[in-house]
Amino acid sequence: MIVAVASGKGGTGKTTVATSLALALGSRSQILDCDVEEPNCHILLKPEITDSYPVNLPVPSVDKEKCSLCGKCGEVCQFSAIVLIGQTVLTFPELCHGCGACSILCPERAIQEVPRRLGVIEMGFVKDVEFVQGRIRIGEAMSPPLIREVKTRINRDKVAILDAPPGASCPVITTVKNSDFVIMVTEPTPFGLNDLEIAVEAIEDLGIPMGVVINRCDIGDSDSKDYCARKGLPLLMEIPNHRKIAEGYARGVPLVESMPEYVDKFRNMSDYILNNKH
Amino acid sequence: MKIAVTSTGKTLESAIDPRFGRAPYILIIESEDGELLEAIDNAANSGAFRGAGIQAAKAVADRKVGVLLTGHCGPNAFSALEAAGVKVGTEQKGTALDAIERFKKNEIVFAAKPNAEAHW
Ligand code: SF4
Ligand code: SF4
Repeated sequence: MIVAVASGKGGTGKTTVATSLALALGSRSQILDCDVEEPNCHILLKPEITDSYPVNLPVPSVDKEKCSLCGKCGEVCQFSAIVLIGQTVLTFPELCHGCGACSILCPERAIQEVPRRLGVIEMGFVKDVEFVQGRIRIGEAMSPPLIREVKTRINRDKVAILDAPPGASCPVITTVKNSDFVIMVTEPTPFGLNDLEIAVEAIEDLGIPMGVVINRCDIGDSDSKDYCARKGLPLLMEIPNHRKIAEGYARGVPLVESMPEYVDKFRNMSDYILNNKH
Repeated sequence: MKIAVTSTGKTLESAIDPRFGRAPYILIIESEDGELLEAIDNAANSGAFRGAGIQAAKAVADRKVGVLLTGHCGPNAFSALEAAGVKVGTEQKGTALDAIERFKKNEIVFAAKPNAEAHW
């Protein structure tokens, strides 16, 4: 089973929920941090990294000697990452998605693929929980291929928990796609609700069942709950704004360790998801 | 020499659109006599998700334009124009006619680098 943990904005407690769910399930779970721009599950989990490898994207490099300036490469590229302009073929590696179309189509075989470093994948363990994270190279803007690489590490025999990037954009969709269930984490404030609505609408189109966790449930209003009821979104858990949780978080202690009574709550949530997944 | 001006409309009297890649029209003008040779419909391009500036640069370069007069130009479009030998005059205001007038009076300062951020 694959469960993605998402949120409309950062700082709602998404990572708290993802890491606590993983720890509560122990050896039955695997956690994969797909927030490759800012992976922070490791801060709470302190995994032992046992393996890592670089992830590259093949981008075109044009041999000017062989190029006949036919322009076919630029016509096929949807991203304007290669273009015939004047008497030169220009490439914009940072726009390239590595699809390979240009090099396949080049009649002169003038295009070679050279690697552009996207980031690294790191793997290891947190006690008996399998841990995987992607970490993007500083200055790199294209995260979806790296996220897809993280997802190739999904262990189908476990409950794979994906910590998604915050927001509702392409990297989020890349993460949650093909999940069996999405947990949306939100805060009961007007801003929280607005971001929740945007994220729910983006994920709705994928047809994946969703449920909501309201974090710091006692700080705001009841509008988020009303929204969930209206939308038919199950309320999976409410986590109060407890001093012990906040203090634990500040010291890098996961919720289920600062408040062990939450272990059962997370296990129950997992059972509910298992019965209501895709 | 041919001059390109980014424009909100199809005529020389239309206001300049400061955005290069996302301007609705790009006017191609003969600087000798000020004749409007073509109004490139840039709409498909201006709605493009990515690389609008690069495609606009290609459209301009394909027409053997020597000078582009616009408002802002991002780094990718700028390097594409540079590769094609198109000089870029930025910070242009008013109408295409005004810009051509400034060009004739040698009042255009050509940019040595892009003056806008990349659009992701
Ligand atoms: S590999 Fe694909 S995205 Fe990259 S330049 Fe070639 S056609 Fe464009
Ligand atoms: S397709 Fe090949 S030969 Fe044609 S312009 Fe591109 S690199 Fe040159």
